[in-house]
Amino acid sequence: MSSLLKLDQVEAHIQKFHILQGISFDVKKGGVTVLLGRNGAGKTTTLRTIMGLNQVSKGTVTFKDENIGSLPTHQISNKGIGYVPEDQGVFGDLTVGENMRVAMKKEDEATTKRMEWVLDLFPDLKKFWKKPGGALSGGQKQMLAIARAYVNENELLLIDEPSKGLAPIIVDKVTESILQMKENTTILLVEQNFMMASKIGNQFYIIDDGKTVHDGQMEELKQDKVLMKKYLGIA
Amino acid sequence: MDLIISLTVNGLATGMLIFLLAAGLTLIFGLMSVLNFAHGGLFIWGAYTGVWSFQMTGSFVVGIITAIITGLLLGLVTERLIIRPVYGNHIQQILITLGFMLVLQEFIKVVFGPDQKAVFPPEILQGSFLVGDIVLIKYRLFIIAVGILIFIVSSFILKRTRIGLIVRAGVMDKEMVQSLGINIKLVFMLVFMVGAAMAALSGIMHAVYSGVIYAEMGLEFSILAFIVVVIGGMGSFSGSLFAAILVGLAQAFMAYYVPALSLAVNMLLMTVVLIFRPQGLFGKG
Repeated sequence: MSSLLKLDQVEAHIQKFHILQGISFDVKKGGVTVLLGRNGAGKTTTLRTIMGLNQVSKGTVTFKDENIGSLPTHQISNKGIGYVPEDQGVFGDLTVGENMRVAMKKEDEATTKRMEWVLDLFPDLKKFWKKPGGALSGGQKQMLAIARAYVNENELLLIDEPSKGLAPIIVDKVTESILQMKENTTILLVEQNFMMASKIGNQFYIIDDGKTVHDGQMEELKQDKVLMKKYLGIA
Repeated sequence: MDLIISLTVNGLATGMLIFLLAAGLTLIFGLMSVLNFAHGGLFIWGAYTGVWSFQMTGSFVVGIITAIITGLLLGLVTERLIIRPVYGNHIQQILITLGFMLVLQEFIKVVFGPDQKAVFPPEILQGSFLVGDIVLIKYRLFIIAVGILIFIVSSFILKRTRIGLIVRAGVMDKEMVQSLGINIKLVFMLVFMVGAAMAALSGIMHAVYSGVIYAEMGLEFSILAFIVVVIGGMGSFSGSLFAAILVGLAQAFMAYYVPALSLAVNMLLMTVVLIFRPQGLFGKG
């Protein structure tokens, strides 16, 4: 599989704090790459840095062989990268329909089809189409955030902790939806819930103290109890 | 009863003028978190250029268009040169925009002279209608109609069009809007220009309403707009309309019944709102 996104020794600061100190990984086209690591390891900052929401201080971020490390966020997004942030970023005063409309970059036939597909995947969104985003439940907000990123023809989706704060039954639903999306789109997933990550992921990278320290196939990680305990705290 | 209606029309007309100025201010604050004290400068430039063009051509419509174009251009220059370097720093914003307000005010004197200028309404808007025993002054009704029209058009754009949705979304979460592929800086600039154009429109409308223009009127009138934004809630468009009408009516009625309190009533309203609802009547807590 060819490389879609490549980070090479990326460093980033938030104010005076040196958060990312050497992140390198390769996201192959197709499938799901998972970033794992303890709280505060730098996973969310990595996604934000790819999106240009944090500046790259050193290293390169390459998307489809183009260095996107110095581009503004909207241009990075328009290259074909969708982003679902950790807090979902749902516009609370806008209805579900308006949230979707803001996200739609085109109103062509392909986008309409994707919209129909994603609404079939998340029927709750259709049901609450005229309800304000702020009035949705946590799970519904997550569905809306994912749907919003998926409605455009993005080649890569960055999804940050989609299971955070959700009831187990909703986590299953979100997992199922991401499994369906991975058939059409490459996904870079940050996830603390190892059960979910291991169900969805194909390859993984472990981030610790702002550095990538280990990588491999998800199937291998499931067997490696020592690695899981050392970096993920899973006994 | 006639008196009540007459005072209400006066209050509504003043309220609509304040609304035009405050609406731009509240959008600029809501979306960009910018405290723009130069807003009164945009108002006065709209007033002077609009009146100048009105008097040169004899057409009030041309005067209004000139004021709006002046507002758009000044808005563009102000956002790019004055505001952009101080995004995110309220103290610097207050200092630089207040300074720029004074520059705009003094520059009016350089271009148009330091003396007050008399302004008369266009012929078609002079005089009044008589409905029963009630005298309705044409120009005041015109101001109310323009205010309502601007509110309806702006509300339609904000609620029904994609650009309006983007502006509202940007008020809530700028980062997310950018992550959806939208150039928020461009949106900022457009909103600033539209806000400035509304201030300039308010300027020419007020010039004809008050019958006289002078360089300092921008600063005086913009204080009312700030009071309205605080009462209505920072960033709330509907809040600005409601608060502007409230302030306009309060001023009109107090000026008649308790003239000594007519200036203090706005401050009093703002103080009461700040005590019981610091985020403003329509603001989010």
